[in-house]
Amino acid sequence: MYPIVIHTVHGILILMKLKDIIACVDGHLICGESHLEDEITRGFASDLMSDVLTILEDDILLITGLSNNQAIRTAEMSDIKNILLVRNKKPSQNMIDMAQELNISLSYTSYSLFKASALLFNEGLKPVY
Amino acid sequence: MHQEYTVPAQDFSVAGVASSNFKRLLKQLNLPPKVIKRITVAVFEAEVNVIAHSYGGKIVCELSENTITVEVIDTGPGIPNLDLAMKEGWSTATEEILELGYGAGMGLPNIKKSCDRLSIKTQAGGHTHITMGFDLKEES
Repeated sequence: MYPIVIHTVHGILILMKLKDIIACVDGHLICGESHLEDEITRGFASDLMSDVLTILEDDILLITGLSNNQAIRTAEMSDIKNILLVRNKKPSQNMIDMAQELNISLSYTSYSLFKASALLFNEGLKPVY
Repeated sequence: MHQEYTVPAQDFSVAGVASSNFKRLLKQLNLPPKVIKRITVAVFEAEVNVIAHSYGGKIVCELSENTITVEVIDTGPGIPNLDLAMKEGWSTATEEILELGYGAGMGLPNIKKSCDRLSIKTQAGGHTHITMGFDLKEES
């Protein structure tokens, strides 16, 4: 029910809006309301920021249990605009301020990294690799 | 154009501040986004390395029309085995560094992947001097 399916010459492209991603994992938006209509095709799940920095694709959803400033900094360097925190990790005010300053959305879910990723994968969000 | 940033040792609260400022400068120069990303990823990894593993140092950037050269110079204690440090997954990170999401052993390999030219001068007990070269041509 959530994804937008687009048929292209290269096959089917599935876009999920951030608001639908958050709904899919029973999550909550913390900051970055202007991103709710962002259309996202790929997700990457990791708690290791150096792994995230190897990703060349832009505008992916970063799914992570790392709730600290380093996650925001890594997203900034990697041109990632949307972060989903898992395992009910709530960001500090400092982290929220930083995300707002850099125009990055922060959401959270109580689900584990595995469950959140699996639910989004089932809905059509593609892996980076 | 010449730009320098000081990087303190062990203070992770400022990890990424130098790279963030440099990225802002690169954006102002209207460079292709893919080139900006390669440069900032490499500089950020190097900055985190200086904070995590050294006694502090500096990032020196030289910008010209076709290339950008970034030197990262720390004050020690050097890398005892550079071949191992260049291996993906090899890490000497402490628990504290791992808790912050770093220390995956991908720092130097990521740097190597991101730049067009890389030179690393280091020795145990001495300082480490990394020189990264980036071509600014549009990428496909």
